Amino acid sequence: MEELIRDNREKNEFLVHRSVFTDKEMLARERAEIFNKCWLFIGHETEVPEKGDYKRKKVGGRNLLLVHSQDGEIRALYNTCPHRGALVARENEGNSRVFRCFYHAWSFKNDGQLNGMPGKDGFPDDFNCDGEKDMKAVNRLESYRGFIFVNFDDQAISLDDYLGDAKEYIDLAADQSETGLEVLGGVQEYSVRANWKLLAENSVDLYHGMPTHKTYFDIKQAQDPGLKRVKLEGRGKDLGNGHAVMEYVAPWGRPVAQWTPIWSEDLKQDMEKMKEKLVERFGEERADRIANYNRNIIIFPNLVINDIMAITARTFYPSSPGYMEVSGYSLAPIGEDEEHRMARNNNFLEFLGPGGFATPDDNEALELCQEAYNNNEEVQWNDISKGMVRGEENAMATDELQMRSFWRQYKVRIEESMKKEVAQP
Amino acid sequence: MTVVALTRQNVVDFLYKEAKLLDEWKLKEWAALFTDDGTYKVPPIGKPEASPTESLFYVHDNRSRLQERAERLLKKEAHVEYPHSTTLRNYHNILVSGVESDVITVECNFTTHRTKREVLDTFVGKHKYEIVQQNGELAIKSKKVILNLDSLRPHGKISLIL
Repeated sequence: MEELIRDNREKNEFLVHRSVFTDKEMLARERAEIFNKCWLFIGHETEVPEKGDYKRKKVGGRNLLLVHSQDGEIRALYNTCPHRGALVARENEGNSRVFRCFYHAWSFKNDGQLNGMPGKDGFPDDFNCDGEKDMKAVNRLESYRGFIFVNFDDQAISLDDYLGDAKEYIDLAADQSETGLEVLGGVQEYSVRANWKLLAENSVDLYHGMPTHKTYFDIKQAQDPGLKRVKLEGRGKDLGNGHAVMEYVAPWGRPVAQWTPIWSEDLKQDMEKMKEKLVERFGEERADRIANYNRNIIIFPNLVINDIMAITARTFYPSSPGYMEVSGYSLAPIGEDEEHRMARNNNFLEFLGPGGFATPDDNEALELCQEAYNNNEEVQWNDISKGMVRGEENAMATDELQMRSFWRQYKVRIEESMKKEVAQP
Repeated sequence: MTVVALTRQNVVDFLYKEAKLLDEWKLKEWAALFTDDGTYKVPPIGKPEASPTESLFYVHDNRSRLQERAERLLKKEAHVEYPHSTTLRNYHNILVSGVESDVITVECNFTTHRTKREVLDTFVGKHKYEIVQQNGELAIKSKKVILNLDSLRPHGKISLIL
């Protein structure tokens, strides 16, 4: 087997072979061993709050329909007609008791059950008695604190076990609201002309913060001359199963309870009250962590939850080795006060998303990596060793342990795949 | 202060001037076209009337943020636009209303092409402006960019000012 990841703890060296970003066979292996077997984020329960609410979702290469069925259950239906295959729901979102395929007018209840079709007399009386002609649902759908995941592998371990130690960090993000989190309207659907794993790396990479995002920090400094120097400091942590987190302090305001001078004095007082409330609920130490610490979490393989100057979740999927489709969400406390919500959203847009002052520069970095991987024949390895010399248990947030955690899991799964033949893409 | 009688052509010329400044990367001059309370917004795709508290915009700039946006893009460390991409903006189907009132509203279609590293992306949509007279000159009170796209694919970003 060709070596793809060199994890040499004696030499404190961690190398990733650049072919994993460009090779079509690797993508086929990733589809088989990662996207067909891992828990994948499909959406948040607040996206379909009412019975009949549905939203189309692309997950793991599938066309799915996240639907709040009439029986109260949230399902992920494969958005394809069991008759001849056409896409059934064509609106991106809506509310309906029934889905109807326009091709031959077969119709289905919003739990997927076949409701009827024209020309019934042409079919046997016991047609669909086994439910084979119902719209098929993904068998495994589980959720954690409102985050819904699907898994295409019926044998997969439970979501709870899969998330493992990552749950603690999802909790810290979710606990900032007493009323729960909700997804804002307008999920950002964008793309990057780069391999999907580069975004997994980038999302838990604090090392690039200063050089890549200098213009953002310049703006922060100008807004708050009191910032003597911009600090980005904290810890990196392996959470098992390929998940990882960096937890750190940063110079931006946090709409939980870390005020910043561009916000009003009223907001300052509100935030002090919010902090007191958090202390009542969780005690001083955890309240401080919730309010003043930032967390970038990678849930293997392709969910990032960043609880930073706002809360964003992003998921991304490759359509080719050099192109990924990204969906970016913003999450906020349900019933958040209008002024707080505006401060939060401004904070979000200043840094994050395709129109922010930082995310586009990340995209550029990823695209430049991808472009320069055409030198792979001669320059073969990426170096992800930073911080190994300190020992993995002492990793700083600006080290690369978070990325190594991702890659170590990747290595396990791809080595498994290397024992098998993979259909050539 | 004298208020000059305006014609539709004055307003159209003003918009062409705006497009030209952007294409020439004269971004500080672009920002200077705005009133002190001027705003620049890009609402979510498909939801042009969305509320900025309930929905996630792409851009929701007040006057100081749009100034920061313009100045940032001129820096070498605004990596996504360094070296600057080449752009070409066309404004079409320009509808001007209330040319004699205090606030002139303008709606036009736009096509903005951006090319960088031999990749061409095209943004299409509608601009909605509120334009006022200020010190004998026209100024933008608000600019809203409604993208007529399905998603930001393959564009991936709105690093330009649209």
